[in-house]
Amino acid sequence: MAKILSQKFYDQMKKLEPRYPNKVALLLPALHQAQEESGWLPPEVMEEIGEYIGIHPAQVREVASFYTMYNLKPVGKYHLKVCTNVACCLRGADEIVEHLEKKWNIRCGETTADRKFTLMEEECLGACGTAPAMMLNDDYHENLDIPAIEKIVAGLA
Amino acid sequence: MHPALEAETLYIQHFRRRDEARPLDYYLKQMDGYTALAKALKMAPDQIIDEVKKSNLRGRGGAGFPTGMKWGFIPKQSPKPKYVVCNADESEPGTFKDRDIMRYTPHLLLEGMAIAGHAIGAKVGYIYIRGEYTREAKLLDQAIDEAYAKGYLGQKILGTDFSFDITVHRGAGAYICGEETALLNSLEGKRGEPRVKPPFPAQAGAFAGPTVVNNVETLADVPFIINKGGEWFSRLGKVERSGGTRLISVSGHVKKPGVYELPAGAVTIRELVYDICGGILGDKKLKAVIPGGSSAPVLTADEIDVVYDIEPLMKIGTMMGSAALMVVSEDYCMVKLIKRITKFYAHESCGQCTPCREGCKWMEDVLHRIEDGHGREQDLALLLDIADNINGKTLCALGDAAAGPVSSFVRKFKADFEAHIRGKKCPNA
Ligand SMILES: Cc1cc2nc3c(=O)[nH]c(=O)nc-3n(C[C@H](O)[C@H](O)[C@H](O)COP(=O)(O)O)c2cc1C
Ligand code: FES
Repeated sequence: MAKILSQKFYDQMKKLEPRYPNKVALLLPALHQAQEESGWLPPEVMEEIGEYIGIHPAQVREVASFYTMYNLKPVGKYHLKVCTNVACCLRGADEIVEHLEKKWNIRCGETTADRKFTLMEEECLGACGTAPAMMLNDDYHENLDIPAIEKIVAGLA
Repeated sequence: MHPALEAETLYIQHFRRRDEARPLDYYLKQMDGYTALAKALKMAPDQIIDEVKKSNLRGRGGAGFPTGMKWGFIPKQSPKPKYVVCNADESEPGTFKDRDIMRYTPHLLLEGMAIAGHAIGAKVGYIYIRGEYTREAKLLDQAIDEAYAKGYLGQKILGTDFSFDITVHRGAGAYICGEETALLNSLEGKRGEPRVKPPFPAQAGAFAGPTVVNNVETLADVPFIINKGGEWFSRLGKVERSGGTRLISVSGHVKKPGVYELPAGAVTIRELVYDICGGILGDKKLKAVIPGGSSAPVLTADEIDVVYDIEPLMKIGTMMGSAALMVVSEDYCMVKLIKRITKFYAHESCGQCTPCREGCKWMEDVLHRIEDGHGREQDLALLLDIADNINGKTLCALGDAAAGPVSSFVRKFKADFEAHIRGKKCPNA
C-alpha cells in the first residue's frame, strides 16, 4: 500500500518512540499528528497508523472513535467549537450558537455547503473565567459576544 | 480589601505578569527555581515523603486525598518501572486554574514532578494534558526543552545519579480521562475507560508499574514544601488538616470572575462572592452556587456562610472538588441549568456501567421534558429515584458526579421544577 502519511509524521513518531515502553502508547500522538496533516482521519490513514504501530485497523478506529477531537469525517476549513457548558451558558453562549446557526443556516454538528465552516457545541474548555469561550481550529477565543464573534468570522477568508 | 487577600501567596503574583516568554529565566531569578530539586536530591526519599505528609497538602484534582500518604503507598521495590503522572486534563466544568500554572510557571510543575520521581523511585514522568490545551502543551514542551538544556531533566541531574524524563501526552477530548485510571488507559493508547480497582495505580498504574497520579497544582506545590518546609506550608492553611493556598476558579454571574489564590479555608463562600469577586453581576440577588465544579451538589443563597474548604463543605453535603465556584443569579432558570449539566454527564459517560450509561441519559430526557413544559408531577420522584440508583453503583465517580447535582437541584429548588410542570412552560420565558 502506498503511504499517505508524510515523512514528517514518521520522523515525529521516531522521536517519540523511546519515550514510551511500548508502541501502542503512540496511538494518540499518532492520531493527532495524522489529523494535523489531513484535517481528519480517513480509513486509509487509520489503516496506515495501525500498520505502523502493529495493531489491527479496527483497534485504531475503536480508540479514535472514543475521543471527540478526532474527526472521523471531514470538517470545514474553519472548525468552530463553541462551549455551552455551565459557565459559558450563564454568560450567554446559547445566543452565540443560535446566531451562528441562523447565519449559516446549519445546525450544530454540521458543515456549510461550501465546506468553509463547521459548527459544534463543545463541553467546558477550561476558560470559564473568560466565558463565553470557543475554539477556532486550534486557537481559543474568549469573552465572546455577538459583535465579537461577527468580527472574528468576518476575518476568515 | 478583604484581609485574606493580604495573606502570603505562592502563584498569583507570577500569573499577574501574564508573560509566557522564557519561563526558565524568570523561574531561576525570581522563584528560586530548581533549588528545591537540588535540596531534595540530598534528602532520602522517605524524608521527602515525610515533609509532604507534614505539609498537609491535599490533592487539588478533586478528591482532596493527602498527597504524602499517596506517595507512601508506592512500593519501595518493584520489578516494573515506576511512574509519575501529572493529571493536566482540567476537564471538570468550571475549572481553569491549572492552565495558568502551565502558562506562567511551567517549571514549578516540572520541578515538582522530578522531586516526586526521586521520592518514589521513578525515572519517567508523563504530563497528560487535555487535547484542547494546544498552546499550553507547546509551552510545556518548550519549558521541558529548556530544563533538559540546563540539566534539570534528563541523565544525571545536577551531578547526581538521579535521572528523570518528562513527556507531554495530549488527550483528545474526553472528560472521563480526568479520572485517573481512565487517564492511564488513555496514556497507554486505549479508550479512556476507568479500570476496576483494586489494583490501585500505586500498585499497578501506567504500563502496569506503580504510579503516582497527581493534579498539576498538587505537584507545583511540592517545590515550595521542600524549600520552606512542610510545617510552613501547613501553617499557610487556616483550617485543620488542610495546608497551603488554594487556586480557586470563579465563574458565572460575578462581577470579577477569574483565578484567585487564598490560604486554604480563609474565607466563606459569601466573602468569596461579595468581598473578593465584587458581588453579583448587575447587583442582582444570588440564587445558587455550585462550589466545586459541576459535579458538586448545589448550594442555595442561604447556605453560603460556610467556610470554603474541603471538610466544611463535605459536612453540608457538597464538596470542594477542584475549587471551582460557579455563581448563579436570581433570574437564571435552574431547570435549564441542571438539564445542561446532566446532558454533559450523559455525553461523557464512557458507557461501561449500566446505571451511569442509562441513568444519565434518562435523567437528561426527564429534565428536558420538564424544561419544555411536558413534565409530570411524578417526574421529581422519578429523578430522585434514578439518581439514587446511580449513586455509588458505578466503577468510577462519574456516576456520583451526575447523580449528586440532580438530587440536590430537585430537593433545593423544588418550587422551580413544580412551576415548570404546573405552568407547562418555563416561568421566566
Ligand atoms: C470523572 C472524573 C473526572 C476527573 N477529572 C479530573 C481532572 O480533570 N483533573 C484532575 O486533576 N483530577 C481529576 N479527577 C480526579 C482524579 O481521578 C484524581 O483523583 C486526581 O488526579 C488525583 O490527583 P490529586 O491527588 O493531586 O488531586 C477526576 C475524577 C473523576 C472521577
Ligand atoms: S464552561 Fe465554557 S469554558 Fe468552562
